[in-house]
Amino acid sequence: MNVTRLIIVAVGGQGNLLASRVLGEAALLADIPVRMSEIHGMAQRGGVVESAIVFGNAMSTIISDGEADILLGLEPSETLRAMNKCNPDTVVITNLSPLPPFTVAIGKGQYPDLELVKSIIRRKTKKLIAIDAVELAKEAGNVLAVNMVLLGALIQTGILPVTIDNVKEAIKTRIKATLVDINLKAFDLGFQSAQRD
Amino acid sequence: MHKLLTQEPGKKLLLLGNEAIARGAIEAGVALATTYPGTPSSEISANFFNIAQQSPLYFEYSINEKVALEVAAAAANACVRSMCVMKHVGLNVAADALMTLAYVGVKAGLVILTADDPFMFSSQNEQDNRYYAKLSGLPMLEPSSVAEAKEMVGYAFELSEKLAEPVLFRTTTRINHSNEIVTLGNIIAPVTKGDFPKDPFNYVTVPAVSRNLHKKLLKNMAAAGEIAESSPYNFIEGNSGPWGIVANGVSYNYAHDAVKDLNIADRVALLRIGFSHPMPSRLITEFLKGCEKVLVIEEGEPYMEENIKAIAQESGLTIPIKGKSEDLFSRLFEFDPGMVRKNIARYFDISYSSVTPVDLTDIPDIAQRPPNLCAGCSHRATYYVVKKAAEGKATIYPTDIGCYTLGLLPPLSMADFLICMGSSVGTSCGFSKTTDKKVISFIGDSTFFHSGIPPLINAVFNNHNFTLVILDNGTTAMTGHQPNPGVDMDQLKCSGYGRVSIEGIVRAIGVSHLEIIRPFRIKKSIEAVRKAIDFEGVSVIIAQEICPLYAKGLKKAMGKPFYVSDKCKNHRDCINELACPAFFIENEKVKIDPDTCVGCTLCAQICPEHAIVPFKEKVNIR
Repeated sequence: MNVTRLIIVAVGGQGNLLASRVLGEAALLADIPVRMSEIHGMAQRGGVVESAIVFGNAMSTIISDGEADILLGLEPSETLRAMNKCNPDTVVITNLSPLPPFTVAIGKGQYPDLELVKSIIRRKTKKLIAIDAVELAKEAGNVLAVNMVLLGALIQTGILPVTIDNVKEAIKTRIKATLVDINLKAFDLGFQSAQRD
Repeated sequence: MHKLLTQEPGKKLLLLGNEAIARGAIEAGVALATTYPGTPSSEISANFFNIAQQSPLYFEYSINEKVALEVAAAAANACVRSMCVMKHVGLNVAADALMTLAYVGVKAGLVILTADDPFMFSSQNEQDNRYYAKLSGLPMLEPSSVAEAKEMVGYAFELSEKLAEPVLFRTTTRINHSNEIVTLGNIIAPVTKGDFPKDPFNYVTVPAVSRNLHKKLLKNMAAAGEIAESSPYNFIEGNSGPWGIVANGVSYNYAHDAVKDLNIADRVALLRIGFSHPMPSRLITEFLKGCEKVLVIEEGEPYMEENIKAIAQESGLTIPIKGKSEDLFSRLFEFDPGMVRKNIARYFDISYSSVTPVDLTDIPDIAQRPPNLCAGCSHRATYYVVKKAAEGKATIYPTDIGCYTLGLLPPLSMADFLICMGSSVGTSCGFSKTTDKKVISFIGDSTFFHSGIPPLINAVFNNHNFTLVILDNGTTAMTGHQPNPGVDMDQLKCSGYGRVSIEGIVRAIGVSHLEIIRPFRIKKSIEAVRKAIDFEGVSVIIAQEICPLYAKGLKKAMGKPFYVSDKCKNHRDCINELACPAFFIENEKVKIDPDTCVGCTLCAQICPEHAIVPFKEKVNIR
């Protein structure tokens, strides 16, 4: 079986790890080998959280520079920061809603211009799907469902060896029952948005 | 019921490495487990803590790793299967117990887990704890994957009982924090009570006894070496060679994938070492005999490489054996699949073109996103208060290990020296003796219990001159809010615990100047800190305020968020001095994110225009 490598980057608190676990559960349901690794020691302290998910017959749980098939970014500047994981065939999916780091507020750095972010990524990779996931998450009923919006867009690309049903089933097992409907709606909105992109 | 207590052999679960390890111990019938929390090991014990509340397992957060190992060592010598979990540097703390416990041995299985952290994702060094196996003479096991880790824990308990010695179980971050699909096995019911038959001439390590015990340890090491020769965890993939690769831990995964990607399986024999001390010398000799040249792939130190070279020398083999070198593998940091693939291709001279990563040269600089103290963190207030109180004085700020180490970063810049748990207090003694600067050190509540008390006694006895600030936020925050002896366990709905007062300890030690502050009351706190730092001798400040993340977890009421009103004249003292993550700039004006602000009032108190005020109503979340 072909190996598919996915990197997810986010700011602590955006739900990167939950999104990764949902994909892991979906792979388990699809009977696809899956290995994932995550770095989250400082996740709750506003740092960057990165997870790597490797689908298929590989034993490695991490992804080297230039070797991601897909990069999913929950925050636009973090998507750009993770470009080292991409090659010209990588498909990139990003949220467009910025969460500027506090270093910007204290004048220790610039937040990149969003149009520039998009044009750089478009120029260097195979495809960019850019959506305002915050807007769609609000539409679904909870701003915290940004991660599920982007999962929807991710699944729409058809690159991962898991089906829509696998992921929806996994959402039901990993997410609190009272929040399942909002998350499923967010997933659908992200899926539809990527279809239009 | 806790997920890891599921009694359904054959069921497949997606588990974090640390969950798989805890499950492995539960399947093996572990009856007692101890720890001091430390990343990347923390989730193993977090699971034990929850499991213990609904199963016969006894689990404790011990005060430090040495005590944790002593508790487990006694239990294992009272014939109860035990496990002791710590991060790699924790084993330094436990080393005193470890070295002589190896002489004494155990009656029931004892597995000591050390979680190493190559690249130092969340550690102060990247020491390679395989050398502790060599130093102590104890057997060591190292898994390569999450699923294997679960199986290997069971094997470790059996091995420990076969040899009557503790077994060291070494993981690295990429095992602890990887997820994989794991198949559950059967759970053996734990035996929670044993007995300790007296045998002082084998247990009380006076010199005459220890001379015999050391002989016994050497015999056990030889026996362990025999087992390692045929252990299923040392195995060879591929049959002939002529190229040989030896790898351990996650490096084995990268090597395995690389052999496939490079399409060289017909030319490579890959020896995976999972039982790494003692090294299986006959197995290695036979392996080397079939090879023309050998590459050793291991993160960290050249532990296997040196061993394999020594084995080759004894057998008169002169084939090239390489691992650590300038053009191959480094002792630094962690490896990755691409690096291993490239080095295998280079060493065996295989043509290989890697994917071309995108060109990064024209990507603009992106503002860094370092971790930061949370909005409403009382450490920020304490640092501000101490900084104001010490204004105009030349100071040295020794710090310690916890969230508050983030005080290192500007604009707080309140950390000058750190080497290990408790070092804030010990180094304060040395700095104050040898400089004329005012020494003010910081230590958290859990770290104070762990190793801050003996150096404070030292300071009082030797009459040193510094101020120690104990940051008591009521929990062990950095590693995930584990309890410590100062925590009110009723809040966690746990009964049957004592509670130890930090104030009581400080007073009992004989510190003659003690101030207790609530750091969000800035004016009062600055006054109190001034008095403490003007005091000649050892003074202590206890800054008491609950960790806001912990408070949120306990569902305690938080303050109303604040906002910046029209009175703001853009001095920006709030941002420039506090750098709270709730602030952001919009149209050149300071704003506060109401979702992040917890209403701690710190910025409102320092605003020269009193422009920062609370919302009257509960604000809607975005």
